[in-house]
Amino acid sequence: MVTAFLTDTTLCIGCKACEVACKEWNQVPSDGCTFTGFSYDNTAGLGHSTWRHVKFVERMFDGASAEPAGLSRASGSEPRGYRSNAFRWDFSSDVCKHCEHAGCLEACPTGSIVRTEFGGVYIQPDVCNGCGYCVVTCPFGVVDRRPDDGRAFKCTFCYDRQKAGLQPACATACPTESIVFGEIDELRVRAYARIEELRARGIEDAVVYDPQDTSVGGTHAIFVLRGRPEEYNLPSKPEVPTVHLRDGWTGAAVGAGLILFGTLAAFIGTSLTNPGTNPGNSSRALRASRER
Amino acid sequence: MPGLGTSFGRGGATTAQQDLVNADAILIMGSSMAENHPVGFRWVIKARERGATIIHVDPRFSRTSAMADLWVPLRAGSDIVFLGALVNYVLTNDLAFRDYIVPFTNAATIISEDFRDTEDLDGLFSGWDAENKQYSTESWAYEGSKPKASGESAEHDRGGHAKERGGSSMEMPETPPSDPTLQHPRSVYQILTRHFARYTPAMVEDVCGVQRDTFLQVADAYCRASGPDKTGTICYALGWTQHSTGVQTIRTAAILQLLLGNIGRPGGGILALRGHASIQGSTDIPTLYDVLPGYLAMPKHGADAGSLHSYIDKHRLPRGWWAHYDRYIVSLLKAWYGDAAQPHNDFGFGWMPRITGDHSHFGYWLDMADARTVEGLFVMGQNPAVGGANAGLERRALGNLKWLVVRDMVETETATFWLDSPEVARGELPPETVGTEVFFFPAAGQAEKEGCFTNTQRLLQWHQKAVDPPGDARSEAWFVYHLGRRLKERAARDTSPRNAGLRALTWDYGTSGPHHEPDVEQVLQEINGRSLADRSQLPGFHALANDGSTACGCWIYSGVYPSPGRNRANERDPHGPYGHGWGFSWPADRRILYNRASARPDGRPWSERKKLVWWDETMREWTGLDTPDFGRTKAPDYVPPPGSTGDEGLRGDAPFIMHPDGMGWIWVPDGLKDGPLPAHYEPLESPVANAVYRQQTNPAADPKRRSDNPYADSPGDPRYPCVLTTYRLTEHHTAGGMTRTLSHLAELQPESFCEISPELATTIDVRNGDQVELTTPRGSIVTRALVTGRIRPLVVQGKTIHQVGLPWHWGYRGLTTGPVANDLVAISEEPNVKIMEAKALVCRIDRWSPRS
Repeated sequence: MVTAFLTDTTLCIGCKACEVACKEWNQVPSDGCTFTGFSYDNTAGLGHSTWRHVKFVERMFDGASAEPAGLSRASGSEPRGYRSNAFRWDFSSDVCKHCEHAGCLEACPTGSIVRTEFGGVYIQPDVCNGCGYCVVTCPFGVVDRRPDDGRAFKCTFCYDRQKAGLQPACATACPTESIVFGEIDELRVRAYARIEELRARGIEDAVVYDPQDTSVGGTHAIFVLRGRPEEYNLPSKPEVPTVHLRDGWTGAAVGAGLILFGTLAAFIGTSLTNPGTNPGNSSRALRASRER
Repeated sequence: MPGLGTSFGRGGATTAQQDLVNADAILIMGSSMAENHPVGFRWVIKARERGATIIHVDPRFSRTSAMADLWVPLRAGSDIVFLGALVNYVLTNDLAFRDYIVPFTNAATIISEDFRDTEDLDGLFSGWDAENKQYSTESWAYEGSKPKASGESAEHDRGGHAKERGGSSMEMPETPPSDPTLQHPRSVYQILTRHFARYTPAMVEDVCGVQRDTFLQVADAYCRASGPDKTGTICYALGWTQHSTGVQTIRTAAILQLLLGNIGRPGGGILALRGHASIQGSTDIPTLYDVLPGYLAMPKHGADAGSLHSYIDKHRLPRGWWAHYDRYIVSLLKAWYGDAAQPHNDFGFGWMPRITGDHSHFGYWLDMADARTVEGLFVMGQNPAVGGANAGLERRALGNLKWLVVRDMVETETATFWLDSPEVARGELPPETVGTEVFFFPAAGQAEKEGCFTNTQRLLQWHQKAVDPPGDARSEAWFVYHLGRRLKERAARDTSPRNAGLRALTWDYGTSGPHHEPDVEQVLQEINGRSLADRSQLPGFHALANDGSTACGCWIYSGVYPSPGRNRANERDPHGPYGHGWGFSWPADRRILYNRASARPDGRPWSERKKLVWWDETMREWTGLDTPDFGRTKAPDYVPPPGSTGDEGLRGDAPFIMHPDGMGWIWVPDGLKDGPLPAHYEPLESPVANAVYRQQTNPAADPKRRSDNPYADSPGDPRYPCVLTTYRLTEHHTAGGMTRTLSHLAELQPESFCEISPELATTIDVRNGDQVELTTPRGSIVTRALVTGRIRPLVVQGKTIHQVGLPWHWGYRGLTTGPVANDLVAISEEPNVKIMEAKALVCRIDRWSPRS
């Protein structure tokens, strides 16, 4: 079965149970105790030792904002659907997207990164040599190398649990069904049905994040968001770096061809216009020009 | 829980978390449920998805507010004004559910003509004894009540946890006079109307700092979601209880819910969200000093402790289930003293300890601080060096002990108060001068022992042991069992009379394994109760006897272990909408209390949408989706014959079967120490004068004012201009012993911080992440400032009031350390439950820069 996560931010309460369950199950070490000052987010982002990360987005809608009527400006009217407050605090649990066309997998020179039978992208830690190509080729900035170890780490899609017929630890721990795990096509249907439902309730900015029309070709981590993906630190048009390969190689080939052509042309041109030139004269002329 | 106990009859949440899905509106106030009860909050989310309106009233915008339809910031400590104004809104707009309140509550009951209200006495009720700072409650009684004939001394013993049942020192008439038209000027309804008349939207604006429109929006949304085919639930937690007016805040909510007809019905009720695992259990089988298991009163020297007969006389009520007080106490004495408990020796009543003073946490702790009588202390499952109010005082007091036993999974701050506390660091408590001998016992974690939790919704759930505890770690049951066994061995050698009770105590649990772990299922069997003739397990509390033929460790839990091998707390086969078959919900596996009220007086459901329990005319019994909280075959039209007692003394349309009149108590004639109705008083420390009455603070509250527990001048001490409120975060657990020591949790909230508004930050020239110093008369701490729009300044009585939010999890040990927030909080006692006021105090905040 090809599986996926559906993470619905409108149901997330920011409890971080997914972060902790992930670390507990996968025995991921601590990131260190650093106070960021950025809302309640002290893990800051996905990394070598944070494979699920809950973002805390504080947003104030004031003045002439076209956002939903704020309570401070309300006038006894009926509530207009949840999160209609002038202040909004959105939580979103981020994770490796397990792209259909995964930059990391394509870049991996050792064959450490593989596609599993569940559709996930899995780094085999015993094969990884820590070259770091996957780090720079991930369009979402997910893959990261552990400094004390050198190897790259990220969400395993709980491959071991899926093999055993269980769902990933994060989805199991989520108390509000904000993270749902299941068959990918069913979840896609569910995601679009969900935004229809939300929009019917007046939450106009609900969107599905599932970049199928870019070179990533869709992901195994689908999101229901409110507003622009960038507000959740998600690129609206993620691209796999390897899509630039053909352009790159073509450019290189054209460049190489031009250089070759230029070189040949120079020789041919010289021999045509000045057949009796002594190379020694030419050296002298160059030296003379430098001295000037 | 006397707020719920006196209003409805039992000191427990009236509903279950699963039932929140049935609500049409959920008012969360005095709680950040999403943060502190994230798993239970799933039912709030489900209700919201079904279209319920979620309202969060709280000083700060928390994770709960983020999920709510409406967030209403209010000044900490002004809850009674907000709720009182909701009550007033219901009354003035005639929104009360009349068909419910007339038969089911005491709204129509007529009150003694001796009663004088706060309206007449400017903030005091009649009966105030200024000298002894307590109320005498005779004038609060129903008309026609007579003082109870009792041979005991005249000293009053009102309030306290044991009065959850709302027992009365006045004997109420068999049929209290009432006026079903609610017009009589001394009817509860009319007194209520006059009492709450000054709790207007304008008053809310002036006292709570909540704009009038916003208040009206809440009032409209909540009241609209109540009626025959709609219901609303109120959820609260320690944001209501930790005030000098905590019990009366809960009372105001109870009045509102009764007026709207929201008790005993699906999606209705009041959900008391308990602080952590088995806190409900620890009041049911209490760790409190004034209660015996099942909310029986602890005998008090000089008041009710002369003989078993007079004790029972004092606490037994003529009608309702408290008529069987004798059965409960005699069965408890038989469970404790076994064969030694006989009629001729009052079943060993004389061996039971007596209350001789204030033995509450603060009572004995201040005694320790003054090095008077307390020599030794056991601290188990608690970390008062971090969690105690005025924690600095509490830590210094530990140094006056001869010995201290700490049992915990980690070496907590309490165990090392002599080594690395702030007092040691400041040189106030040199370790070499501390004479306390500290014994640290490693404790088993919950997965390392088996046992039973009773959670927030009165649900007993058994848990198995997954692994053996490491090393010397042992369960609490092991520790207490073997301590008791050794004490009994000593008592057997020492025949002095004071040891008679210890010698008689039954202590016969079987043990197993290399460490002789006691069999905790046998403890649950004892709690359930058994017939002594054939040692058979009892089916429920109705089978208890008063002649010594039954033994029962806690009558309200009876039925949890009804037959050998059937531990209902361990059953995991849920069926039906309320999950019957999963665990056991006291009493008698009733999931929604007072559910008789879900049917009309004639026994039909109020509406198809809100049906729960109804009268089946053909079967002649109550039936439905929940276990009826009512006599199964008592017909709706039953009228008790004159002189009948117990449950037979209550009518067939009287759903509150613990109360002697079977009514929900909008008015509490007796059982509370600070009034039959709630009244707003300012917190003991407040930036403003009480705008509602001249009486500034709750007159019956005890501030425990002393040189090491000083207070700011009130109102409006210029030295302490800000309001301070404390709370917890999802990422940490209470005093942090179980979370600050674990890297996966510690890193999520790695440092102590306070939350302040951008406006306050500008005023004191602080940027996000800077260090600030918070000062109260008790002490000062240095912590980070998290500057956020989630905290807003409020305008109260024309003054801008800044509020400071302070999570209190940190201490001086663990992977993340920080200042102890409770060093700032005063020790004080709410009159009914003796809880401190940690949710509303005043402070000063300054930018902090390290001094060279």
